[in-house]
Amino acid sequence: MTALLSVKGLTASYGDGQVLSGVDFEVQRGGVTVLLGANGAGKTTTLRALCGMVRRSGDIVLDGAPIQNLSTEGVVRLGVAHVPDGRGTFAQLTVDENLQLGSITRRDRRGIGEDVERCFTYFPVLKERRGQQAGTLSGGEQQMLAVARALMLRPKLMLLDEPSFGLAPMIVKQIFAIFRTLSESTSVSMLIVEQNAALALELADHAYLLETGRVVFSGRPDDIRNDPTLRRSYLGY
Amino acid sequence: MELLLQQILSGLATGTIYACMALAVVMIYQAIGHLNFAQGEMATFSTFVAWQLLAWGVPYWAAFVLTIALSFVAGVLIERVVFRPLHGAPALSHIVVFIALLAIFNNGAGFIWDFTIKSFPSPFGQTTMFGSMLNAHQAGMIVCTLVMLVLLYLFFSRTRLGLAMRAAAANPESARLVGIRVGWMIALGWGLASAIGAVAGMLIAPIIFLEPNMMLGVLLYGFAGAVLGGLTSPVGAVVGGLVVGVVENLAGTYVPVVGSELKLTIALSLIILVLIFKPSGLFGRAVAKRV
Repeated sequence: MTALLSVKGLTASYGDGQVLSGVDFEVQRGGVTVLLGANGAGKTTTLRALCGMVRRSGDIVLDGAPIQNLSTEGVVRLGVAHVPDGRGTFAQLTVDENLQLGSITRRDRRGIGEDVERCFTYFPVLKERRGQQAGTLSGGEQQMLAVARALMLRPKLMLLDEPSFGLAPMIVKQIFAIFRTLSESTSVSMLIVEQNAALALELADHAYLLETGRVVFSGRPDDIRNDPTLRRSYLGY
Repeated sequence: MELLLQQILSGLATGTIYACMALAVVMIYQAIGHLNFAQGEMATFSTFVAWQLLAWGVPYWAAFVLTIALSFVAGVLIERVVFRPLHGAPALSHIVVFIALLAIFNNGAGFIWDFTIKSFPSPFGQTTMFGSMLNAHQAGMIVCTLVMLVLLYLFFSRTRLGLAMRAAAANPESARLVGIRVGWMIALGWGLASAIGAVAGMLIAPIIFLEPNMMLGVLLYGFAGAVLGGLTSPVGAVVGGLVVGVVENLAGTYVPVVGSELKLTIALSLIILVLIFKPSGLFGRAVAKRV
Protein backbone atom coordinates (compact mmCIF):
# COMPACT_ATOMS: atom_id res chain seq x y z
CA MET A 1 0.00 0.00 0.00
CA THR A 2 1.07 3.57 -0.65
CA ALA A 3 0.20 6.63 1.35
CA LEU A 4 -2.80 8.67 0.18
CA LEU A 5 -2.21 11.28 2.84
CA SER A 6 1.12 12.04 4.39
CA VAL A 7 1.56 14.64 7.09
CA LYS A 8 4.89 15.95 8.36
CA GLY A 9 5.55 18.41 11.13
CA LEU A 10 1.96 19.58 11.39
CA THR A 11 1.44 22.37 13.88
CA ALA A 12 -1.74 24.23 14.64
CA SER A 13 -2.79 26.90 17.07
CA TYR A 14 -5.88 28.69 18.31
CA GLY A 15 -4.90 32.28 19.03
CA ASP A 16 -1.80 32.06 21.24
CA GLY A 17 -2.21 28.45 22.26
CA GLN A 18 -0.36 25.92 20.19
CA VAL A 19 -2.32 22.67 20.12
CA LEU A 20 -0.25 20.57 17.73
CA SER A 21 3.53 20.64 17.87
CA GLY A 22 4.86 18.71 14.92
CA VAL A 23 2.56 15.78 14.20
CA ASP A 24 3.67 13.17 11.62
CA PHE A 25 1.39 10.47 10.27
CA GLU A 26 0.13 8.77 7.13
CA VAL A 27 -3.10 7.34 5.83
CA GLN A 28 -2.68 4.43 3.43
CA ARG A 29 -4.64 4.24 0.19
CA GLY A 30 -7.83 2.30 0.94
CA GLY A 31 -6.79 1.97 4.56
CA VAL A 32 -8.37 2.90 7.86
CA THR A 33 -6.18 4.88 10.21
CA VAL A 34 -7.26 5.75 13.71
CA LEU A 35 -6.05 8.57 15.93
CA LEU A 36 -6.37 7.82 19.62
CA GLY A 37 -5.67 10.02 22.59
CA ALA A 38 -7.11 11.60 25.68
CA ASN A 39 -9.30 14.68 25.67
CA GLY A 40 -7.26 17.69 24.64
CA ALA A 41 -4.53 15.64 22.94
CA GLY A 42 -5.22 17.41 19.64
CA LYS A 43 -7.18 14.80 17.71
CA THR A 44 -10.00 17.05 16.56
CA THR A 45 -7.52 19.83 15.88
CA THR A 46 -5.53 17.49 13.65
CA LEU A 47 -8.60 16.86 11.50
CA ARG A 48 -9.46 20.55 11.46
CA ALA A 49 -5.90 21.42 10.50
CA LEU A 50 -6.01 19.00 7.55
CA CYS A 51 -9.06 20.88 6.26
CA GLY A 52 -7.69 24.33 6.87
CA MET A 53 -10.25 25.11 9.56
CA VAL A 54 -7.52 26.29 11.96
CA ARG A 55 -4.25 28.13 11.37
CA ARG A 56 -1.69 25.47 10.50
CA SER A 57 1.80 24.89 9.19
CA GLY A 58 3.76 21.83 8.15
CA ASP A 59 3.55 19.59 5.11
CA ILE A 60 0.28 17.96 4.16
CA VAL A 61 0.44 15.93 0.97
CA LEU A 62 -2.71 14.40 -0.51
CA ASP A 63 -2.28 12.10 -3.46
CA GLY A 64 1.10 13.62 -4.23
CA ALA A 65 -0.04 17.24 -4.09
CA PRO A 66 0.63 19.66 -1.23
CA ILE A 67 -2.60 20.96 0.29
CA GLN A 68 -1.37 22.87 3.35
CA ASN A 69 -2.05 26.21 1.70
CA LEU A 70 -5.49 25.43 0.37
CA SER A 71 -8.73 26.84 1.79
CA THR A 72 -11.24 24.48 3.38
CA GLU A 73 -13.31 24.52 0.18
CA GLY A 74 -10.19 23.76 -1.84
CA VAL A 75 -9.28 20.73 0.27
CA VAL A 76 -12.85 19.41 0.13
CA ARG A 77 -12.91 19.81 -3.64
CA LEU A 78 -9.92 17.44 -3.85
CA GLY A 79 -12.09 14.70 -2.36
CA VAL A 80 -11.66 15.07 1.38
CA ALA A 81 -14.96 14.66 3.22
CA HIS A 82 -14.91 15.77 6.83
CA VAL A 83 -17.61 14.66 9.25
CA PRO A 84 -16.91 17.14 12.04
CA ASP A 85 -17.68 16.83 15.72
CA GLY A 86 -21.19 18.11 16.21
CA ARG A 87 -21.89 16.55 12.79
CA GLY A 88 -22.29 19.80 10.88
CA THR A 89 -25.70 18.98 9.46
CA PHE A 90 -27.76 21.85 8.07
CA ALA A 91 -30.47 21.72 10.71
CA GLN A 92 -33.00 23.91 8.89
CA LEU A 93 -32.66 22.08 5.59
CA THR A 94 -34.26 18.76 4.74
CA VAL A 95 -32.49 15.42 4.67
CA ASP A 96 -32.66 15.44 0.87
CA GLU A 97 -31.17 18.92 0.69
CA ASN A 98 -28.37 17.91 3.04
CA LEU A 99 -27.50 15.02 0.74
CA GLN A 100 -27.63 17.28 -2.32
CA LEU A 101 -25.26 19.65 -0.56
CA GLY A 102 -22.83 16.79 0.00
CA SER A 103 -22.55 16.51 -3.78
CA ILE A 104 -22.70 20.24 -4.49
CA THR A 105 -19.24 20.29 -6.10
CA ARG A 106 -20.11 17.50 -8.54
CA ARG A 107 -21.63 17.94 -11.98
CA ASP A 108 -22.75 14.39 -12.85
CA ARG A 109 -26.50 14.54 -12.24
CA ARG A 110 -27.03 10.83 -12.85
CA GLY A 111 -24.19 9.75 -10.55
CA ILE A 112 -25.56 11.98 -7.81
CA GLY A 113 -28.98 10.32 -8.08
CA GLU A 114 -27.37 6.90 -7.85
CA ASP A 115 -25.35 7.91 -4.83
CA VAL A 116 -28.45 9.19 -3.02
CA GLU A 117 -30.03 5.77 -3.54
CA ARG A 118 -26.82 4.08 -2.36
CA CYS A 119 -26.89 6.16 0.84
CA PHE A 120 -30.50 5.11 1.37
CA THR A 121 -29.52 1.45 1.13
CA TYR A 122 -26.82 2.02 3.77
CA PHE A 123 -29.16 4.05 5.98
CA PRO A 124 -32.79 3.16 5.14
CA VAL A 125 -34.13 5.39 7.92
CA LEU A 126 -32.90 8.45 5.99
CA LYS A 127 -35.18 7.54 3.10
CA GLU A 128 -38.19 7.60 5.43
CA ARG A 129 -37.09 11.00 6.69
CA ARG A 130 -35.97 12.51 3.40
CA GLY A 131 -38.45 15.40 3.46
CA GLN A 132 -37.90 16.23 7.12
CA GLN A 133 -35.80 19.07 8.54
CA ALA A 134 -32.47 17.59 9.58
CA GLY A 135 -32.76 19.27 12.98
CA THR A 136 -35.73 17.06 13.82
CA LEU A 137 -33.76 13.82 13.44
CA SER A 138 -32.47 11.88 16.43
CA GLY A 139 -28.76 12.03 17.25
CA GLY A 140 -28.12 8.69 15.60
CA GLU A 141 -30.02 9.64 12.48
CA GLN A 142 -28.11 12.92 12.29
CA GLN A 143 -24.81 11.05 12.49
CA MET A 144 -26.00 8.75 9.71
CA LEU A 145 -26.97 11.80 7.69
CA ALA A 146 -23.54 13.34 8.30
CA VAL A 147 -21.82 10.17 7.07
CA ALA A 148 -24.17 9.90 4.10
CA ARG A 149 -23.56 13.53 3.22
CA ALA A 150 -19.82 12.91 3.30
CA LEU A 151 -20.25 9.92 0.98
CA MET A 152 -22.11 12.11 -1.51
CA LEU A 153 -18.80 13.77 -2.32
CA ARG A 154 -17.45 10.41 -3.53
CA PRO A 155 -14.46 11.14 -1.33
CA LYS A 156 -10.98 9.72 -1.59
CA LEU A 157 -10.51 10.35 2.09
CA MET A 158 -13.04 10.56 4.88
CA LEU A 159 -12.19 12.35 8.11
CA LEU A 160 -14.46 11.09 10.86
CA ASP A 161 -14.46 12.96 14.15
CA GLU A 162 -15.81 10.83 17.01
CA PRO A 163 -18.53 9.13 14.99
CA SER A 164 -19.70 7.24 18.09
CA PHE A 165 -20.01 10.30 20.30
CA GLY A 166 -23.25 10.45 22.29
CA LEU A 167 -24.92 7.60 20.42
CA ALA A 168 -26.66 4.47 21.65
CA PRO A 169 -24.50 1.32 21.36
CA MET A 170 -26.86 -0.20 18.79
CA ILE A 171 -26.50 2.81 16.52
CA VAL A 172 -22.73 2.90 16.97
CA LYS A 173 -22.55 -0.74 15.92
CA GLN A 174 -24.65 -0.03 12.86
CA ILE A 175 -22.56 2.95 11.82
CA PHE A 176 -19.27 1.13 12.28
CA ALA A 177 -20.64 -1.80 10.27
CA ILE A 178 -21.22 0.66 7.44
CA PHE A 179 -17.65 1.94 7.78
CA ARG A 180 -16.43 -1.63 7.45
CA THR A 181 -18.56 -2.20 4.36
CA LEU A 182 -17.27 1.01 2.85
CA SER A 183 -13.66 0.22 3.52
CA GLU A 184 -14.02 -3.30 2.12
CA SER A 185 -16.17 -2.55 -0.91
CA THR A 186 -14.89 0.86 -2.01
CA SER A 187 -11.49 2.46 -2.40
CA VAL A 188 -12.16 5.18 0.16
CA SER A 189 -9.56 5.77 2.86
CA MET A 190 -10.55 6.80 6.36
CA LEU A 191 -8.98 8.71 9.18
CA ILE A 192 -10.99 8.20 12.34
CA VAL A 193 -10.70 10.02 15.63
CA GLU A 194 -12.33 7.99 18.38
CA GLN A 195 -12.70 7.85 22.14
CA ASN A 196 -14.02 4.33 21.83
CA ALA A 197 -10.60 2.81 21.13
CA ALA A 198 -11.63 -0.84 21.19
CA LEU A 199 -14.24 -0.24 18.52
CA ALA A 200 -11.95 1.84 16.35
CA LEU A 201 -9.07 -0.60 16.55
CA GLU A 202 -11.28 -3.40 15.23
CA LEU A 203 -11.71 -1.42 12.06
CA ALA A 204 -8.28 0.14 11.73
CA ASP A 205 -5.19 -1.16 10.01
CA HIS A 206 -3.00 1.46 11.61
CA ALA A 207 -3.18 3.49 14.81
CA TYR A 208 -1.46 6.57 16.15
CA LEU A 209 -1.51 7.74 19.74
CA LEU A 210 -1.54 11.46 20.35
CA GLU A 211 -0.47 13.05 23.61
CA THR A 212 -0.50 16.82 24.10
CA GLY A 213 -0.07 17.60 20.44
CA ARG A 214 2.54 14.96 19.58
CA VAL A 215 2.46 11.44 18.18
CA VAL A 216 3.84 9.18 20.92
CA PHE A 217 3.17 5.84 19.31
CA SER A 218 2.50 4.47 15.86
CA GLY A 219 1.74 0.88 15.01
CA ARG A 220 -0.75 -1.80 14.11
CA PRO A 221 -3.83 -2.37 16.30
CA ASP A 222 -2.31 -5.61 17.59
CA ASP A 223 0.75 -3.74 18.82
CA ILE A 224 -1.51 -1.74 21.13
CA ARG A 225 -3.49 -4.77 22.24
CA ASN A 226 -0.27 -6.66 23.01
CA ASP A 227 1.46 -3.86 24.89
CA PRO A 228 0.32 -4.05 28.56
CA THR A 229 0.84 -0.34 29.28
CA LEU A 230 -0.88 0.92 26.14
CA ARG A 231 -3.64 -1.61 26.53
CA ARG A 232 -4.36 -0.45 30.06
CA SER A 233 -4.27 3.26 29.14
CA TYR A 234 -6.29 3.13 25.96
CA LEU A 235 -8.36 -0.03 26.07
CA GLY A 236 -8.88 -0.12 29.82
CA TYR A 237 -8.24 -3.79 30.52
CA MET B 1 -66.30 50.16 1.79
CA GLU B 2 -65.02 51.08 -1.61
CA LEU B 3 -62.62 53.54 -0.03
CA LEU B 4 -61.36 50.83 2.32
CA LEU B 5 -60.79 48.38 -0.52
CA GLN B 6 -59.07 51.04 -2.56
CA GLN B 7 -56.81 51.98 0.33
CA ILE B 8 -55.90 48.35 0.91
CA LEU B 9 -55.10 47.77 -2.75
CA SER B 10 -52.97 50.84 -3.14
CA GLY B 11 -51.33 49.97 0.19
CA LEU B 12 -50.47 46.58 -1.27
CA ALA B 13 -49.01 48.27 -4.33
CA THR B 14 -46.57 50.40 -2.33
CA GLY B 15 -46.19 47.43 0.01
CA THR B 16 -44.62 45.45 -2.83
CA ILE B 17 -41.85 48.04 -2.97
CA TYR B 18 -41.33 47.87 0.79
CA ALA B 19 -41.34 44.10 0.43
CA CYS B 20 -38.55 44.32 -2.16
CA MET B 21 -36.44 46.55 0.06
CA ALA B 22 -37.13 44.33 3.07
CA LEU B 23 -36.13 41.30 1.05
CA ALA B 24 -32.92 42.97 -0.11
CA VAL B 25 -32.04 43.91 3.46
CA VAL B 26 -32.80 40.40 4.73
CA MET B 27 -30.74 38.81 1.98
CA ILE B 28 -27.64 40.69 3.04
CA TYR B 29 -28.47 40.27 6.71
CA GLN B 30 -28.63 36.50 6.18
CA ALA B 31 -25.27 36.52 4.46
CA ILE B 32 -23.23 38.81 6.71
CA GLY B 33 -25.37 39.44 9.79
CA HIS B 34 -25.55 43.21 9.36
CA LEU B 35 -28.24 45.61 8.14
CA ASN B 36 -27.25 47.41 4.97
CA PHE B 37 -28.14 51.07 5.54
CA ALA B 38 -26.96 51.89 2.04
CA GLN B 39 -29.53 49.62 0.40
CA GLY B 40 -31.81 52.55 -0.38
CA GLU B 41 -29.10 54.74 -1.89
CA MET B 42 -27.84 51.80 -3.95
CA ALA B 43 -31.38 51.39 -5.31
CA THR B 44 -31.64 55.11 -6.02
CA PHE B 45 -28.34 55.04 -7.87
CA SER B 46 -29.58 52.10 -9.94
CA THR B 47 -32.72 54.06 -10.76
CA PHE B 48 -30.59 57.00 -11.93
CA VAL B 49 -28.69 54.61 -14.18
CA ALA B 50 -32.02 53.47 -15.64
CA TRP B 51 -33.06 57.11 -16.08
CA GLN B 52 -29.81 57.81 -17.92
CA LEU B 53 -30.29 54.82 -20.20
CA LEU B 54 -33.82 55.99 -20.99
CA ALA B 55 -32.52 59.48 -21.64
CA TRP B 56 -30.09 58.00 -24.14
CA GLY B 57 -33.05 56.48 -25.95
CA VAL B 58 -32.81 52.88 -24.80
CA PRO B 59 -36.30 51.26 -24.90
CA TYR B 60 -37.91 50.92 -21.44
CA TRP B 61 -37.72 47.17 -20.92
CA ALA B 62 -34.20 46.95 -22.32
CA ALA B 63 -33.14 49.66 -19.87
CA PHE B 64 -35.01 47.83 -17.10
CA VAL B 65 -33.19 44.55 -17.70
CA LEU B 66 -29.83 46.22 -18.30
CA THR B 67 -30.15 48.18 -15.06
CA ILE B 68 -30.91 45.00 -13.14
CA ALA B 69 -27.87 43.32 -14.64
CA LEU B 70 -25.59 46.28 -13.93
CA SER B 71 -26.89 46.55 -10.37
CA PHE B 72 -26.24 42.86 -9.84
CA VAL B 73 -22.64 43.21 -10.98
CA ALA B 74 -22.17 46.33 -8.87
CA GLY B 75 -23.55 44.53 -5.81
CA VAL B 76 -21.10 41.67 -6.30
CA LEU B 77 -18.23 44.14 -6.76
CA ILE B 78 -19.14 46.10 -3.62
CA GLU B 79 -18.96 42.91 -1.60
CA ARG B 80 -15.70 41.75 -3.16
CA VAL B 81 -13.94 45.10 -2.86
CA VAL B 82 -15.40 46.66 0.29
CA PHE B 83 -16.88 43.98 2.50
CA ARG B 84 -14.68 40.95 1.95
CA PRO B 85 -11.77 42.59 3.77
CA LEU B 86 -14.18 43.47 6.58
CA HIS B 87 -15.16 39.85 7.13
CA GLY B 88 -15.41 39.18 10.86
CA ALA B 89 -14.95 42.85 11.75
CA PRO B 90 -17.14 44.24 14.55
CA ALA B 91 -20.61 45.65 13.89
CA LEU B 92 -19.41 49.24 14.26
CA SER B 93 -16.91 48.91 11.44
CA HIS B 94 -19.68 47.62 9.23
CA ILE B 95 -21.99 50.47 10.22
CA VAL B 96 -19.34 53.06 9.41
CA VAL B 97 -18.78 51.53 6.00
CA PHE B 98 -22.52 51.31 5.33
CA ILE B 99 -22.85 55.00 6.16
CA ALA B 100 -19.89 55.79 3.94
CA LEU B 101 -21.51 53.90 1.06
CA LEU B 102 -24.77 55.70 1.71
CA ALA B 103 -23.02 59.06 1.49
CA ILE B 104 -21.02 58.07 -1.57
CA PHE B 105 -24.03 56.85 -3.55
CA ASN B 106 -26.22 59.72 -2.42
CA ASN B 107 -23.71 62.43 -3.27
CA GLY B 108 -22.47 60.56 -6.30
CA ALA B 109 -25.97 60.52 -7.73
CA GLY B 110 -26.39 64.20 -6.89
CA PHE B 111 -23.02 65.05 -8.46
CA ILE B 112 -23.66 63.19 -11.69
CA TRP B 113 -27.38 63.85 -12.17
CA ASP B 114 -27.87 66.85 -9.79
CA PHE B 115 -30.32 67.10 -6.94
CA THR B 116 -33.37 68.40 -8.81
CA ILE B 117 -36.42 66.19 -8.92
CA LYS B 118 -36.84 64.23 -12.14
CA SER B 119 -39.88 62.45 -13.44
CA PHE B 120 -39.46 58.79 -14.27
CA PRO B 121 -41.71 57.12 -16.84
CA SER B 122 -44.03 54.27 -16.10
CA PRO B 123 -44.25 51.51 -18.71
CA PHE B 124 -47.80 50.79 -17.58
CA GLY B 125 -49.37 54.24 -17.77
CA GLN B 126 -51.76 55.82 -15.31
CA THR B 127 -55.16 54.64 -16.56
CA THR B 128 -57.39 53.52 -13.73
CA MET B 129 -58.75 50.01 -13.60
CA PHE B 130 -60.99 47.74 -11.50
CA GLY B 131 -63.56 50.53 -11.16
CA SER B 132 -60.89 53.10 -10.28
CA MET B 133 -59.56 50.95 -7.46
CA LEU B 134 -56.06 50.90 -8.80
CA ASN B 135 -54.19 52.63 -11.57
CA ALA B 136 -52.29 50.72 -14.20
CA HIS B 137 -48.89 51.52 -12.74
CA GLN B 138 -49.86 50.21 -9.31
CA ALA B 139 -51.15 47.01 -10.90
CA GLY B 140 -47.91 46.76 -12.88
CA MET B 141 -45.87 47.17 -9.69
CA ILE B 142 -47.74 44.30 -8.08
CA VAL B 143 -47.36 42.04 -11.12
CA CYS B 144 -43.65 42.86 -11.58
CA THR B 145 -42.78 42.14 -7.96
CA LEU B 146 -44.83 38.97 -7.96
CA VAL B 147 -42.98 37.71 -11.02
CA MET B 148 -39.66 38.59 -9.42
CA LEU B 149 -40.59 36.87 -6.15
CA VAL B 150 -41.68 33.72 -7.96
CA LEU B 151 -38.41 33.68 -9.91
CA LEU B 152 -36.42 34.15 -6.70
CA TYR B 153 -38.41 31.44 -4.98
CA LEU B 154 -37.75 29.02 -7.83
CA PHE B 155 -34.06 29.96 -7.83
CA PHE B 156 -33.65 29.29 -4.11
CA SER B 157 -35.81 26.17 -3.94
CA ARG B 158 -35.08 24.45 -7.24
CA THR B 159 -31.50 25.21 -8.27
CA ARG B 160 -28.31 23.84 -6.80
CA LEU B 161 -26.78 27.30 -6.69
CA GLY B 162 -29.79 28.52 -4.70
CA LEU B 163 -29.39 25.59 -2.32
CA ALA B 164 -25.69 26.38 -1.93
CA MET B 165 -26.53 30.00 -1.09
CA ARG B 166 -29.04 28.94 1.53
CA ALA B 167 -26.53 26.52 3.03
CA ALA B 168 -23.81 29.17 3.13
CA ALA B 169 -26.15 31.55 4.98
CA ALA B 170 -27.44 28.92 7.39
CA ASN B 171 -24.13 27.41 8.38
CA PRO B 172 -20.98 28.79 6.74
CA GLU B 173 -18.57 26.34 8.35
CA SER B 174 -20.52 23.27 7.26
CA ALA B 175 -20.98 24.85 3.85
CA ARG B 176 -17.20 25.07 3.43
CA LEU B 177 -16.96 21.42 4.48
CA VAL B 178 -19.08 20.38 1.51
CA GLY B 179 -16.93 22.51 -0.79
CA ILE B 180 -19.14 25.60 -1.18
CA ARG B 181 -17.18 28.79 -1.85
CA VAL B 182 -18.94 30.72 0.89
CA GLY B 183 -17.29 34.05 0.01
CA TRP B 184 -18.74 33.94 -3.49
CA MET B 185 -22.17 32.98 -2.17
CA ILE B 186 -22.10 36.12 -0.01
CA ALA B 187 -21.11 38.17 -3.04
CA LEU B 188 -23.98 36.66 -5.03
CA GLY B 189 -26.31 37.58 -2.17
CA TRP B 190 -25.13 41.18 -2.48
CA GLY B 191 -25.67 41.05 -6.22
CA LEU B 192 -29.22 39.76 -5.82
CA ALA B 193 -30.03 42.30 -3.11
CA SER B 194 -28.72 45.09 -5.28
CA ALA B 195 -30.74 43.85 -8.27
CA ILE B 196 -33.92 43.58 -6.19
CA GLY B 197 -33.34 47.12 -4.95
CA ALA B 198 -32.98 48.31 -8.54
CA VAL B 199 -36.37 46.82 -9.43
CA ALA B 200 -37.93 48.50 -6.41
CA GLY B 201 -36.37 51.84 -7.31
CA MET B 202 -37.50 51.74 -10.94
CA LEU B 203 -41.04 50.78 -9.94
CA ILE B 204 -41.49 53.39 -7.22
CA ALA B 205 -39.77 56.26 -9.06
CA PRO B 206 -42.81 57.13 -11.27
CA ILE B 207 -44.84 57.66 -8.07
CA ILE B 208 -42.46 59.49 -5.75
CA PHE B 209 -40.20 61.05 -8.41
CA LEU B 210 -36.50 60.55 -8.80
CA GLU B 211 -33.96 62.45 -6.71
CA PRO B 212 -30.97 61.30 -4.64
CA ASN B 213 -32.96 60.97 -1.39
CA MET B 214 -35.80 59.13 -3.06
CA MET B 215 -35.40 55.84 -1.19
CA LEU B 216 -34.77 57.24 2.28
CA GLY B 217 -38.34 56.83 3.49
CA VAL B 218 -38.88 53.70 1.44
CA LEU B 219 -35.92 52.00 3.08
CA LEU B 220 -37.28 52.84 6.53
CA TYR B 221 -40.54 51.15 5.59
CA GLY B 222 -38.48 48.29 4.22
CA PHE B 223 -36.63 47.97 7.52
CA ALA B 224 -39.98 48.01 9.33
CA GLY B 225 -41.23 45.24 7.04
CA ALA B 226 -38.08 43.20 7.55
CA VAL B 227 -38.22 43.54 11.32
CA LEU B 228 -41.93 42.78 11.38
CA GLY B 229 -41.52 39.65 9.28
CA GLY B 230 -38.33 38.60 10.97
CA LEU B 231 -34.82 39.39 9.78
CA THR B 232 -34.08 35.71 9.34
CA SER B 233 -36.98 35.02 7.02
CA PRO B 234 -37.16 36.11 3.37
CA VAL B 235 -40.84 35.14 3.23
CA GLY B 236 -41.41 37.11 6.41
CA ALA B 237 -39.72 40.14 4.88
CA VAL B 238 -42.08 40.08 1.91
CA VAL B 239 -45.18 39.64 4.06
CA GLY B 240 -43.91 42.27 6.49
CA GLY B 241 -43.34 44.74 3.67
CA LEU B 242 -46.86 44.23 2.33
CA VAL B 243 -48.40 44.59 5.80
CA VAL B 244 -46.46 47.80 6.40
CA GLY B 245 -47.71 49.17 3.07
CA VAL B 246 -51.33 48.47 3.93
CA VAL B 247 -51.09 49.66 7.54
CA GLU B 248 -49.37 52.86 6.45
CA ASN B 249 -52.11 53.61 3.96
CA LEU B 250 -55.01 52.75 6.24
CA ALA B 251 -53.61 54.72 9.15
CA GLY B 252 -53.04 57.70 6.86
CA THR B 253 -56.66 57.58 5.74
CA TYR B 254 -58.58 56.56 8.85
CA VAL B 255 -56.61 57.87 11.81
CA PRO B 256 -57.14 61.61 11.57
CA VAL B 257 -54.03 62.60 13.54
CA VAL B 258 -51.72 60.62 11.31
CA GLY B 259 -52.59 62.09 7.92
CA SER B 260 -49.68 62.07 5.54
CA GLU B 261 -47.40 63.98 7.91
CA LEU B 262 -46.96 61.27 10.50
CA LYS B 263 -46.91 58.27 8.16
CA LEU B 264 -43.20 57.67 8.60
CA THR B 265 -43.68 57.59 12.36
CA ILE B 266 -45.79 54.50 11.87
CA ALA B 267 -42.87 52.63 10.36
CA LEU B 268 -40.59 53.60 13.22
CA SER B 269 -43.18 52.79 15.88
CA LEU B 270 -43.74 49.45 14.25
CA ILE B 271 -40.01 48.66 14.42
CA ILE B 272 -39.91 49.53 18.12
CA LEU B 273 -43.09 47.62 18.97
CA VAL B 274 -41.96 44.48 17.17
CA LEU B 275 -38.52 44.62 18.78
CA ILE B 276 -40.11 44.96 22.22
CA PHE B 277 -42.81 42.32 21.92
CA LYS B 278 -41.58 39.83 19.36
CA PRO B 279 -37.94 40.44 18.50
CA SER B 280 -37.75 37.48 16.13
CA GLY B 281 -40.62 38.92 14.06
CA LEU B 282 -43.70 37.15 12.78
CA PHE B 283 -41.81 34.60 10.71
CA GLY B 284 -38.52 34.61 12.61
CA ARG B 285 -36.48 31.47 12.58
CA ALA B 286 -38.52 28.62 13.96
CA VAL B 287 -36.16 25.70 13.74
CA ALA B 288 -37.27 22.44 15.20
CA LYS B 289 -34.48 21.28 17.45
CA ARG B 290 -34.23 18.06 19.34
CA VAL B 291 -31.73 17.62 22.11
